[in-house]
Amino acid sequence: MSDPIPAPESPVAVRVEKVVKTFPNGDTPTYALRDVSFAALAGQLTMIVGPSGCGKTTLLSVICGTLAIDSGRIEVFGHDLGTMRDAEITAFRSRNVGFIFQQFNLIPTLTLVENASIPLILQGCPHRKAEEKAAAVLTELGLGTRIRSFPKQLSGGQQQRVAIARALVHDPRLIICDEPTASLDAKTGHHALELLRQKALRPDRCVIVVTHDSRIFSFADSIAEMEDGRVIKSCPAPEYRHA
Amino acid sequence: MLRIALLMLFRDRAKYVMLVVGLTFCALLMTQQASVFCGLMLWTTATVRNIGAKVWVFDAKVEQVNEVIPLREIEVTRVRSIPGVEWAVPLYLGIEQARLGDGSFQNVQLTGLDTATFVGRPMEITKGRIEDLRLPDAVIIDQVGVDKFRKKGIKIDIGTTFEINDKRAQVVALCHDNRSFLAQPYVFTTYDRALQYAKPQRKMLSCVLVEPRPGVSAQELADRISTVPGLHAFSRDDLFWTTIWWYIKNTGIPISFGTVVIMGVIVGIAIAGQTFYLFILDNLRYLAALKAMGARMPILAAMVFLQSFSVGFVGFGFGVGFTTIFGYRVLKLEQPPFFMPWQVPVFVALIIMLICCFSAAVGLRQIAKLEPAVVFK
Repeated sequence: MSDPIPAPESPVAVRVEKVVKTFPNGDTPTYALRDVSFAALAGQLTMIVGPSGCGKTTLLSVICGTLAIDSGRIEVFGHDLGTMRDAEITAFRSRNVGFIFQQFNLIPTLTLVENASIPLILQGCPHRKAEEKAAAVLTELGLGTRIRSFPKQLSGGQQQRVAIARALVHDPRLIICDEPTASLDAKTGHHALELLRQKALRPDRCVIVVTHDSRIFSFADSIAEMEDGRVIKSCPAPEYRHA
Repeated sequence: MLRIALLMLFRDRAKYVMLVVGLTFCALLMTQQASVFCGLMLWTTATVRNIGAKVWVFDAKVEQVNEVIPLREIEVTRVRSIPGVEWAVPLYLGIEQARLGDGSFQNVQLTGLDTATFVGRPMEITKGRIEDLRLPDAVIIDQVGVDKFRKKGIKIDIGTTFEINDKRAQVVALCHDNRSFLAQPYVFTTYDRALQYAKPQRKMLSCVLVEPRPGVSAQELADRISTVPGLHAFSRDDLFWTTIWWYIKNTGIPISFGTVVIMGVIVGIAIAGQTFYLFILDNLRYLAALKAMGARMPILAAMVFLQSFSVGFVGFGFGVGFTTIFGYRVLKLEQPPFFMPWQVPVFVALIIMLICCFSAAVGLRQIAKLEPAVVFK
């Protein structure tokens, strides 16, 4: 099913070096990322924080290979995304990246177990086997009795748990979370981050969370702060909070 | 992922039903109208199918079976002298007026058969005997006539008399055969008696029916006969298609039916295409999420085409099914004309496939343009 990734020689899971990304805007391009360098370590939950429009989501997009860069270098678990073709990046993403989207993006016409099994099915896993595994992960996340429910029958917090299950079901090495608490109230958001740390963090796995919700900074191991397309500060979380 | 695609489609009930209804209506419109057109065209060839001779000889200027130019009686003998002819018999075809007991009139398709052989006899005698046609004033009338007279309050049965051009005719048998284009009853009698019923003209022979000798094909013999000056012979198949093409070329029937079929296509494209496009638009963010999660474009294309074709298949099934029920009902009533050859559902299936391809392509265009990164926006 998934090709094993060679064990990293360094604990650096994601390395971003001098990345520039622009978007066309008339004659003058708009810089979304300006010479960004940043690293996320395996076994850690790294948060990318900053005000709206500072380039957090763009950085997240280029890290997972859904957006091409203009220049620079991105390495994910030793794989240089710049040397890979589109199809290879897609396959790499399918095997090694789990996504938790801001709006969850659970398909409303599919049950929880069907939603959660999609990453496995995308890798060619038979439906029955994929659903069995998805059901196990959903049970682990406390949704064992609701696996045949539809997303709209759940609360926001429960939907977030389904999104976490979908991100974890195929055992990826990199988990990407885009504003995971934006659609949740403070308490539910707090609980979701607790769950994420508890279930997603492993020594060989890197979790990157993009957020501007300062209430959840305490869940981070390290924090990279962005402003105007640049990483202006990148340090361990206690140091960041202290500063 | 194909199962996921089908679940996404089937569980979006409102759009699924809308898509199926649109394509059902489209398939129904096309199949029904095409079948009525084929039925109507078939009616134009009723005489060819009822008489059933292998080779038909007409005046050289005749273009189709329902418009005959009389020949001289001698032509039967000329045709018999042509090599490859096993036998040749005369046939009279004409529209005459029958006057009923209450004084009302009914046009009938008078068919005069060779007295000795009855070549061209009705397909099925439902009551009475064909041999009784040799009795004085004897005629055989078909079920269409029985029904038409019944509507006028007159019961036709063996022994019933009426007049054809003021001459007495007595029903000796009832038959069942193919209905004619103008839905006039077929009245069969002997050739000699038909000439007595018909208004006198200088030439009275409508055509000569010919059987080829063993080893001679109908077309080969027809070609040979056509070399005789003043004569044009058709094989049965040739006459069948020549007649149909004559109606297609010389009447507005194909245009009017074709217009309805085109409307069916437009309705299908408009409803199915638009609804499917909306379905894709509604699911665009989920498809983008799938793209981000690693679904390649061929997988997404397969999903979209499967969704489109499954709707098309169901719509086609319902459309053709409803048309079949319609056909089953109208065939009992014998009108409107209805004939659904296998080519009609195949043609409609191809059109539905085209509509599905179009709908899927429109949706796919959106998906192809979709950057997976939009899921983060």
